[in-house]
Order: sequence, then structure tokens, then C-alpha cells
Amino acid sequence: MTYEVLIDGNNYRLELDRLEGRWLCRLDGREIEVDAVLPRPDVLSLRIGNKAYEVKCERVANEVHFWVGSARFAAQVRDPRSLRGRVRAVDDQGPRKLTAPMPGKIVRVLVRPGTEVEAGAGVLVVEAMKMQNEIKSPKKGTIQKILVAEGAAVNAGDVLAIVE
Amino acid sequence: MGAAVGPTPRCLMFKKILIANRGEIAVRVIRACHEMGIAAVAVYSDVDRAALHVRKADEAYPIGAPPATESYLNIDKILDVAARSGADAIHPGYGFLSENAKFARACVDAGVKFIGPTAAAMDAMGSKTRARQAMERAGVPFVPGTSRGLESFEQAEQVATGIGYPVMLKAAAGGGGKGMRLVHASKDLKSALDGARSEAERSFGDSEVYIEKAILNPRHIEIQILADEHGNTVYLGERECSLQRRHQKVVEEAPSPMVDPEMRRQMGAVAVRVAEAAGYTNAGTVEFLVDQQKNFYFLEMNTRLQVEHPVTELVTGLDLVHLQIRIAAGERLPVTQDDVTIRGHAIECRIYAEDPDNNYFPSPGKITLLLAPSGPGIRRDSGMYEGWTVPMDYDPLLAKLIGYGTDRNQAIGRLTRALNEYFVGGIKTNISLFRRILRHPDFLSAKLDTGFLDRMLKQKDDVQLDSCTHPAAVEVAVIAAGMFAVLGPAAAGPSERVSADGSSGKASKAASQWKNAAHQEAMR
Repeated sequence: MTYEVLIDGNNYRLELDRLEGRWLCRLDGREIEVDAVLPRPDVLSLRIGNKAYEVKCERVANEVHFWVGSARFAAQVRDPRSLRGRVRAVDDQGPRKLTAPMPGKIVRVLVRPGTEVEAGAGVLVVEAMKMQNEIKSPKKGTIQKILVAEGAAVNAGDVLAIVE
Repeated sequence: MGAAVGPTPRCLMFKKILIANRGEIAVRVIRACHEMGIAAVAVYSDVDRAALHVRKADEAYPIGAPPATESYLNIDKILDVAARSGADAIHPGYGFLSENAKFARACVDAGVKFIGPTAAAMDAMGSKTRARQAMERAGVPFVPGTSRGLESFEQAEQVATGIGYPVMLKAAAGGGGKGMRLVHASKDLKSALDGARSEAERSFGDSEVYIEKAILNPRHIEIQILADEHGNTVYLGERECSLQRRHQKVVEEAPSPMVDPEMRRQMGAVAVRVAEAAGYTNAGTVEFLVDQQKNFYFLEMNTRLQVEHPVTELVTGLDLVHLQIRIAAGERLPVTQDDVTIRGHAIECRIYAEDPDNNYFPSPGKITLLLAPSGPGIRRDSGMYEGWTVPMDYDPLLAKLIGYGTDRNQAIGRLTRALNEYFVGGIKTNISLFRRILRHPDFLSAKLDTGFLDRMLKQKDDVQLDSCTHPAAVEVAVIAAGMFAVLGPAAAGPSERVSADGSSGKASKAASQWKNAAHQEAMR
């Protein structure tokens, strides 16, 4: 199997093949001795040479994080042979969605559609666990739509507003 | 302890206790009930049906909608469950109804024992001014100042000179820092007084301002007391609670590194006087502000079990919840003051569902992976489990992790080790914050005060940055990412799946392919 792994803007090419009960691993062409066991879903016991690691996999919203000790890496794993491996480019020019970072209740809508906002300007306030969290505009632009009303319950990832 | 002192005969001890709470503390009290052979009754709101306390209880009753006012704070509903279940006592935990005198009174009227102080004792402590008068008569030290509003600038100047600068001006109706002014020298007093008055008027419609000696970089140290219903009161040493964020305690430890045996005796004696002045019974906590010169001043009394009670349990060897129940059942204290000894050191971390990368905002959601620490010197009081969805409706406290050692260094070492074992996936937690605190030079040398956390959070977390960009760690993450893809439940399909026991995963290919698609989605 060959994977492309994208972490922090760097692309790594990883080849993993199973041969006679052992892993053949090449990272960007460099051969590395590895051994891995999955004792339970989302937890990997990994040996690289004789160094041992417990790596945790965390799926949150539409990201996958890998934890090595207390360091977290957001990664995209693509199988280059697969058509699914396309990456959507983040377009700063077009409309941007404001999504709820957590489940909660909309307690205030701070702007009306059509309002011009600066990057970082507060658009809505979501309350969860007695704390209010201001959802800010990711870019300078115009509020195209507000998709929720005050008092509405929202889930993490729900689109709350669109800035153009 | 005389002949009538022994444990409650089995026939007089409670048979069934209702726990009017949720989360880790409800689980904590249920455990104590079971340890004592008492049945435990849980109550739960609509979003808590799957909560851990419901799973652990012997009986569980729904009490309504998620807002606390319609469920956990609803006295009628809780007393109705007490009647229906035949519970003979109610443990209120902390928060919710635990310091509600009306609830304590309603329990008495309903013929159910409230496990806590009497309503009268709560009332005495609840009113700041009445508490202060009773305490002053008992010789309890307060922060020097006027308890009444200032009448004139001349009076302010006179009082300030008397108690010495720096002084703090405070709005009598105040809260949240409004109408407060710190004054370092007499030349600044006039403008500060005018400013505080007009701000108090604007914020509270009341311009009354009083003056207190300003305690700079204070410590927050509290004394645990226990009082039975036969006039015996003991103190169980102190807890250092100076590490706070937004007035919320984050790390607590016992004993306090600054308190020596003599200071402990003095503070303990004052705490016992406070409790006795209020006719206090059951478990309670007397909070003090302590200045850099080790002067201590009464702040307030918490008339309930504290979140941080486990550190006291570990260093005294006493189970506070067992003792609360036994006191409520009419037993005398099984220990005298001389029996209470402090042994070793304990530190507690409050694990909250909050996002360190987003200004510690709450982070409810589903826990997808939970790896819990254990081993020597580790106690974990938790209300969460893997697969549980943390509701957004309540306080974000998930669990408490407590490290115990023969001394402070060993406690820190064990706790750090346990924090590294602890993993909560799917939601954000503040676990990384404790790693930072526990390696901070000021924490290690016990230079603690209530400003510690704010100062630390203003500094950059260099270690975190280092490990993130460490090339070896990135390499591990890359290889792990590939291995998860190959070995994961989704990876079956055409390539051979090798699991931990070496078996291959060909068994249910259809199911695997279905999972494969989901996995691929997740990996995008």
C-alpha cells in the first residue's frame, strides 16, 4: 500500500508492505524498520526500530488527529490510487461558512444579513455549559446569510452563517 | 468517645439514600452508599439518561427537562422521588441544591434527612453581614477595613491610613470587579473613591463603597471541618487552592506547602470557632485569604462537601462521604482532634471539557476514545465513559485526577505520569494545561498565589511547540497514520488485515467494506 500523508503542509510518501509476517516501510524512499499492533480501535502500539510509541487516533468533525505523546498532528491520509483522495482547496476569495465549534444554543445574532464585517468581527454568540462563545467572521466581507435564529439549538459543525 | 459512641446499629443507619446530583460527585456518593450497604437512588434529567450515575445506581428516576431549574434544582420533583422511592436521606453533592437552606428545610418537613448542615446554619453563613457579626464576636480575623459604606473622603482617608496602604475600595452591592479600585498611596485615594462611587452607581444603582486592606498576590487556603450533632467539631487540615482561573479552582493540594504545624493549628482553631459560632453540623469548609506574611483572614464558609475533598481524604485517611452519612445518621465523630494526622501529599486536577486552544471554552460532545490512568498513588473520580456524549447543559467538570505520594515531589511525579496516560478523544479537555502547570518552575518550588495561572497563561508554552515540530514525532505520526489505515477496522478489504492476535480479518467482508467506506470518509 502507498499513502500520501499531509501534515502541517508537508507531504510524505509512505509505502507499507507486508512480507513474511514483517512490515516493509519506506518513508519518502527511506527504509525504516517498523512493527505495529492495534490493541484496540484508535490505539496503535508502534515500534520504530526498538523505540516504542502508543499513538492515538482521534476523529473530530472532518479532521483526523494523531497523538504522539502530548503532541497532536492533524493529518490527511490519501491513497494516491484512489479517486477519493482529492483535497478541497480553501478559497479565501469565495463565500465562507461559519460553523458551530460545539453543540450549543444560539443566544445572540450580532449582525444582520448584508452587514459588512471585518475579519474577526463577532457574528453570533453560542452558549454551551453556561459559557458564551462568540463566533467570529473568518474574513472581511459581507454577511450573505444568517441560517439560525436566536434560541436555536445547534450541533457541532452546523453552518450558522455565510460571509461573502 | 464513650459507651454511646459506636457506629450506628445496622437498624438505625439509612437504608436508602437519594443523590440529588449528577456527574462525578453523584457516582462518588453512590459508591460510598454501596460501600456502606445502603441502596442508592439516582435522579436524572432528560439528557442524562445515559449518564454514569444512572448506570451505577440501584434505582433511577427521571426528573424532567435539561435546564437545572426544571430538574436538578427542582425541590418538589426531588422530594417526590424521595417519597416514591422510600429514601430516608438525601445527599445533595456540591452545587445545585447543596447550599439551599430552603431545600434543607423542605427535607425536614418531608421527613427525609438532609445530609449536610441545618438550614439555620446555612442561613447564618449565607448572609455576609450576619456571618461577619457572629464571626467577629467569636474573634475570627477579617481583612481589616470598614464593613459599612464610607460616608466621606475624610473618613476614607482616616481608615486607609489606619489600616495601611495598599487598600481596596469595593462597591457594597458589588461583584465582578465593578466598582473596585486598588489604591497604593493616599494621593490617589480621592480620584479612586470618586471613580468607584460613580461606577458602583452606574452598575448597581447604589454608590455605597467600603474600604479594605488590599491583599496582594494572596493565597487561597481552606480548612476542612467535620461536626457531629452532639457538639463535637474537628478540623482535618487545610487545602491549598490558589490555582484558579476566573475564580474557578483548577488545582488543589493538601497539605499547603506554606502551612506549618503551628499555622495549621491556628487556622484549624479559627475554623472550628467559625463552625461552632454558626451551630454547624456535618462537613464544611472555611475559606481564608492568606497574605505573603502568612496572615490569614476569613473569607467565607462553604456549607457542603467540596469538589476537592479527595485530597483531604488521601492525606487524613478518612472518607468524608462515609462520615457525612454517619454524622447525618446521628453518630458521634469517630475521631478526636488528636487522632487526625496529616500523612503524605495529595494534588488534584479538575479535568474539564474545555478547549485549551480556544480560550478554554466548553467542549461538549461524544467521547470516542478514553484511556484512563491507574497505578500507584492515583485516584480518579470520574463521571465519564467512552461512548458517552457530554451534554452541553451543565458544568464542564468531567473527572478529578488525584495524585498521592509520600511527599510533594512524588505526588507531582505520579500525577504527571498519570496525566500522560490519560487520553480523552472526541472532545477537548484541559489535560494539557495540567502538564504545563506541573512542570512550571514556580509550581515546582510552590510559589503559588491566585495570580499564578493568569501569569502562566500569558507566557508561551515552549515545550508544546517543541514537541509539535519535533521531526521524530512527525515521522512517528506519519507512519502511524499509514498503519492505522492498513490495520484499522476499515482496512480489511483486499489487503490482508492483521490484528493484535495475528488473526486475519476476512470474517465478514461485507461489513468490512461498509466500514471501509465510512473510514475512508473519515480519513478525508
